Amino acid sequence: MKQYVIVGAGAAAAACIEGIRSVDRTGKITVISEEERPFCCRPLISYYLEGKTDLEHMHLHSPAFTREAGCTVCTGRRAAHLDAAAKTVRLDSGETLPYDALCVAAGASPQTPDYPGLEGVHGVFHFNALCDALALEKAVTKSTRVLILGGGLIGLKCAESLQARAGSLTICIRSGQLLRSILDADGSEMLRAHMEKQGIQFILGDTPARFEGNAAVMGGGQRVEFDALVVASGNRPNTELVSAAGGAVGRGILVDTRMATSLPDVYAAGDCAEGWTLTGQTRRVLAIWPNAVQQGYCAGVNMAGGEKNFDRAIPMNSIGLFGLHVMSAGSYTDLVYEAHTDAASKKLFARDGVLTGFILIGDVQRAGIYTALIREKTPLASIDFEAVKREPSLLPFGRAYRAQKLGGAV
Amino acid sequence: MKRIYVNEEWCLGCHLCEYNCAFANSGARDMATALKGKPIQPRIHIEEAPQISYAVSCRHCKDPLCVKSCISGALHLEDGVVCIDHGRCVGCLTCVLVCPYGAVLPGPDGAAMKCELCLHNAVGAPACAAGCPNRAIVYEERGEAI
Repeated sequence: MKQYVIVGAGAAAAACIEGIRSVDRTGKITVISEEERPFCCRPLISYYLEGKTDLEHMHLHSPAFTREAGCTVCTGRRAAHLDAAAKTVRLDSGETLPYDALCVAAGASPQTPDYPGLEGVHGVFHFNALCDALALEKAVTKSTRVLILGGGLIGLKCAESLQARAGSLTICIRSGQLLRSILDADGSEMLRAHMEKQGIQFILGDTPARFEGNAAVMGGGQRVEFDALVVASGNRPNTELVSAAGGAVGRGILVDTRMATSLPDVYAAGDCAEGWTLTGQTRRVLAIWPNAVQQGYCAGVNMAGGEKNFDRAIPMNSIGLFGLHVMSAGSYTDLVYEAHTDAASKKLFARDGVLTGFILIGDVQRAGIYTALIREKTPLASIDFEAVKREPSLLPFGRAYRAQKLGGAV
Repeated sequence: MKRIYVNEEWCLGCHLCEYNCAFANSGARDMATALKGKPIQPRIHIEEAPQISYAVSCRHCKDPLCVKSCISGALHLEDGVVCIDHGRCVGCLTCVLVCPYGAVLPGPDGAAMKCELCLHNAVGAPACAAGCPNRAIVYEERGEAI
């Protein structure tokens, strides 16, 4: 009987179990979870604070699922050392687990920049795991002034989730641009205006030079007093286990399209992995949910002796903030279409005859039709692209395509 | 499995499927109470241009991207049918971002909304197909994609 070990208990790990079980019904699967609550769905933590979900519904895989799937879950344990030659993982408890195939789905960890005086701040939080949300839930009241450092997905969703609970919310963004990895300057501006209407304050293009107790002194001299500080300055892939064992890492753990690392029988998936993207020219860490699920499943199938490749990875995000939805995908090459109203904005990007990216704000209906054009590298000359630019629908794809997709099983 | 299939050449563009869908999923006992004077919320939509019309609803893909992309576990498979647990959906709309057919929609309360083949409502089988006057929408077995 084969023995599988999965390091981590997030989206990639959950999908890895399903991938293994699609090939091997009986092998022994052991999951190593640092968190006491394994398979907690981390992107839900902001919705938890808003009351849109609760602890009972935040689990990807229930204990019953893991039992039925024949998994042993070691909670509160960390994988401390990987011996790729002996094919063993040693836990921080000292226990050693042998494996036939290993998947490292260890995620990423929040980074804290080295601010002078930070050690003297009372009430420093991150916003990555359930424990962070539970800590903020306790700490933040109507009299709490919250300062958030970072205007990425995590910082902005944190602000949204705390708005009804906090006294005031200020977001400090060094680059000056909201969702810098997703939006361009125009989109960032539209989102900022929307969030300011909800009472969120912004400090743009500045960063704390130092902290004096619970006050941030900005580079520009402004002094911001706060009661709670949320550091949302980006995450770093957890690569140490593999790099210490001699495996190849870049920003993340380097994997091929089968999710295999440079170490024999060691796979990696999710936010810790750096895999090939759709263009086939670069490897990137794409720390997004659909990527984690597809990589994890792919790794699982290959670990169990099946054959699967995942080479369709594209960056994409769907984020709602105070009722305004932002969707984006791909890369922003040559702008080929834009349309703007007070409430909505659309930009499409193309190069070499294929759609490469888009940014939609406000009106996001049927965005997946654009995403599919990118993913499938559909030649734009083969469809009525002028019509699809204006409105995503299946009309511009022609009768034959529709007969296949709407008249057959897909 | 049985799916909804669309025979484009027979579609009259009458939009009855949209009304039947909205009614079937309204939970109301009669159509007037459910729909009269209200914006309808169908999970099937007619797309049309001069000389062309056809209905689009969830394809219940064998390997559904929406299910893989769902952060809340709301979207899931039940015997091949892509279903949504409305109470679990947090309205992130990642499903709308990934559906290649534009068949998952933002619903009126912010949660995602999609065709579940009427298996979870009182009708029990697709109301759009049952009410299609020209059999442009059918609910049947057509074999699986290779």
